[in-house]
Amino acid sequence: MSIISGLNKEFESRVRLGMMSVLMVNDWVDFTEMKNLLQVTDGNLASHSSALEKNNYIEVKKEFVGKKPRTSYKITNMGKKAFQEHLAFLEKMMKQ
Amino acid sequence: MNQKVSDDLAHIRSMMERSSRFISLSGLSGIGAGVVGLVTGLIAMYWTSGSDMLLEKVRMSVGAGILIQNLILLGALALLLAIFFGCFFTIRKSKKLGLQIWTATTKKILVQLAIPLMVGGIFVLALLQYNLYGLISGATLIFYGLALVNAEKYTYSDIKYLGFLEIILGILSLFFIGKGLFFWTIGFGLLHIIYGVILYRKYQ
Repeated sequence: MSIISGLNKEFESRVRLGMMSVLMVNDWVDFTEMKNLLQVTDGNLASHSSALEKNNYIEVKKEFVGKKPRTSYKITNMGKKAFQEHLAFLEKMMKQ
Repeated sequence: MNQKVSDDLAHIRSMMERSSRFISLSGLSGIGAGVVGLVTGLIAMYWTSGSDMLLEKVRMSVGAGILIQNLILLGALALLLAIFFGCFFTIRKSKKLGLQIWTATTKKILVQLAIPLMVGGIFVLALLQYNLYGLISGATLIFYGLALVNAEKYTYSDIKYLGFLEIILGILSLFFIGKGLFFWTIGFGLLHIIYGVILYRKYQ
């Protein structure tokens, strides 16, 4: 496998990379918290999170707290594995 | 390409840290709390100098009762002031960094601090109840140290070392009854100031 193909295209965007990093070290993280951490707009976060969900990298939970809807994210095992591989590749490239 | 990779790695590290650790903790908070501790400890030592008040065999004379009452008030005032300085500088730092202060991580660290502190507080109340004044300073140092060690995983891990030192001082204090205020002043005053300076120079 060449170096370039080892990089996961899904993690090319800063927002997705950030989301995955946050979810690697936290359990469920809700929409507002994620938005504040990454400092992105609602729409931006929503589109990136649905892309990650489509790849089965994250799990999305929607629930009501009182009358307010709340969306939370959690990393899946598949997501963890994909991210770790991506991270290992980045580190390998740094060493070259 | 290499630049992009190293930026990505830095971004990953920063996001992991920001989301899981309370990094707004300011060194100035430690220095503020330390100055309060030092001044309080010195006042308390001055008040109690020449009396064997802090020995176990305290006589509950009228004068002793008032002195104990004053010491408790002084301690409570010191606690409030230390919390005030702690919050003030930390909130100021989080504003400067543009970080949210009330997050899931903040709640987690407060809960982790509160468990040993609450238990310690009740334990000290029991010591007061039985006039076991000589053990109070050791108990406060030990439970405070345990709280710091417990909260370590949610903030700068440096506070773990401060926690261990407080625990060691507290244990020593248990075996030098009558010298409690001395250990208390070192633990809550001097150590906080030193730790605050280290934290400030490292992260500010």
